[in-house]
Amino acid sequence: MPVAAFPDLIPAIPEIYLAVSAMILLMLGVYSTGKQTVRTVSYLSTAALFFAIPLTVMVTDGRMVTFGGLFVTDSFAVYAKILVLVSAGAAIVMAQDYLERQDIARFEFPVLVVLASLGMLMMISANDLMSLYLGLELQSLALYVIASFQRDSIRSAEAGLKYFVLGALASGILLYGMSLIYGFAGTTNFDSLAEVFKAVNGTEPHLGVIVGIVFIIAGLAFKVSAVPFHMWTPDVYEGAPTPVTALFAVAPKIAAMALFARVLVGPFGDLAGEWQQIIIFISIASMALGAFAAINQNNIKRLMAYSSIGHMGYALIGLAAAGSAVSAEVRAAGIQGLLIYLAIYMFMNIGTFACILLMRRQGRMLEGIDDLAGLSKSNPVMAMVLAVFMFSMAGIPPLAGFFGKFYIFAAAIEADLFALAIIGVLASVVAAFYYLRIIKVMYFDSSEEEFDRPVSRDMKSILVITGVVVILFFIYPDPVLNGAELATSALFPQ
Amino acid sequence: MLEIGLSHYLTLAAILFTLGVFGIFLNRKNVIIILMSIELILLAVNINMVAFSSHLGDLVGQVFAMFILTVAAAEAAIGLAILVIYFRNRGSIAVEDIHQMKG
Repeated sequence: MPVAAFPDLIPAIPEIYLAVSAMILLMLGVYSTGKQTVRTVSYLSTAALFFAIPLTVMVTDGRMVTFGGLFVTDSFAVYAKILVLVSAGAAIVMAQDYLERQDIARFEFPVLVVLASLGMLMMISANDLMSLYLGLELQSLALYVIASFQRDSIRSAEAGLKYFVLGALASGILLYGMSLIYGFAGTTNFDSLAEVFKAVNGTEPHLGVIVGIVFIIAGLAFKVSAVPFHMWTPDVYEGAPTPVTALFAVAPKIAAMALFARVLVGPFGDLAGEWQQIIIFISIASMALGAFAAINQNNIKRLMAYSSIGHMGYALIGLAAAGSAVSAEVRAAGIQGLLIYLAIYMFMNIGTFACILLMRRQGRMLEGIDDLAGLSKSNPVMAMVLAVFMFSMAGIPPLAGFFGKFYIFAAAIEADLFALAIIGVLASVVAAFYYLRIIKVMYFDSSEEEFDRPVSRDMKSILVITGVVVILFFIYPDPVLNGAELATSALFPQ
Repeated sequence: MLEIGLSHYLTLAAILFTLGVFGIFLNRKNVIIILMSIELILLAVNINMVAFSSHLGDLVGQVFAMFILTVAAAEAAIGLAILVIYFRNRGSIAVEDIHQMKG
């Protein structure tokens, strides 16, 4: 019996390293008994995540496929992985203080975040439906647990339960789609699938393939919380502990979006005519719901949930442009716009959630928008920073959020998706209402008591870094723009 | 004598999948039933995978089915754990009682 060749491990070194670190951190947490254990594990987890960034950059040299075609790493993967690792690391840093105050600081939290990040990296690097599914589940299973991390809170438990049921349903739908694709295309490997569909180019593909793609899109839309598969988002965001919400709003969204782009552009690239309309529909629906449903919210975490649904709608415009039949440059512009949008979205959301985590009065966490009243007088610096993030989310130049939307809409227009671009602009006008309402409450409503001070050093540095990036993006956008261009070129080989 | 072929397996899997999805949405009683419905969905997918694998003469589908079984076990474990902490807080696992947050 022939023995399978030992796989080349080099391309997967960041993932192997993270898996080993998660195990070591778990053991460290279990066996060390000191009072500082939680803090130590937390710092080491952050360090482990940040150290994975240079590792990812170093091992990738062009396109590398390993594990019998299951795993791929290229510049697209590197770009998305950097975003995921940065946001997961920032989420652990932001969580530490909150968890200690709520008396739920346990060392499992950072370890679970590391494991979830490992799942996200595997999703991004998936080159086969099987590895896609395993990465997605590793991420989801860790996230279900941290959603219900505040065990004695009924809201947290309910958030975890809802997330679990709907997430498991989404995985089931995704899997059913995969089984159909496997049956009707005869393979699960992305490269082979692309070849199979290239061969049928022009003729109508088998009905089973189309149904399979629709199921896969529905499953992935659940994970990026695009309408009509968004119903879990507001409840989970509201119920989960705030730093967990901060993580949910950024890292899994970026990973799922990158996966979405890789799956649709790679194996199903030649079937763009079939999936483009679905993406256009869910993009319009997400933008509209994100804009209108958030207007009546008074809980800032719920508002951020609807805001993130809306933002995913904008990002999906880029994906819709990537399905355009105009030319390869237009398709690449769509993916590039999507990647730029994700990077900017990450900075804006981390900053906003850092502000939300600082909304604390006499040790009590606050979540109402009204609680921000009078912030401009009691804490002018924080009010200014939050105002910057809100203006940026509304897309007001010269802040970063404007450029994110600019590249997305430009790509949509090049792809002749005029209706989509117009609806996007209109939705962002409506959405500006509720972002500006927060600013109005901070600056013009009468003052209440002050928020607690002092602000910890970690939080200050996160606020400063994200704030500076958002404000000064227009002066030096090159790292993001060039990175996105390089990443896009990996998806569209010449 | 009826020959049982691929289409019969696919029909069975489709029926089981639909039953699972309806089980999640129509059931107003008990969260445990939702967990069972999720299992039903995953097993429907497994039937699909194995049927296709045998039809295509390709092993990938069976390997995939093994992975799905493993992950389904992990998923059920986590689901039950979350259900236990929910029950401790709420004292009930009726689906209609899960309404702390809405809007």
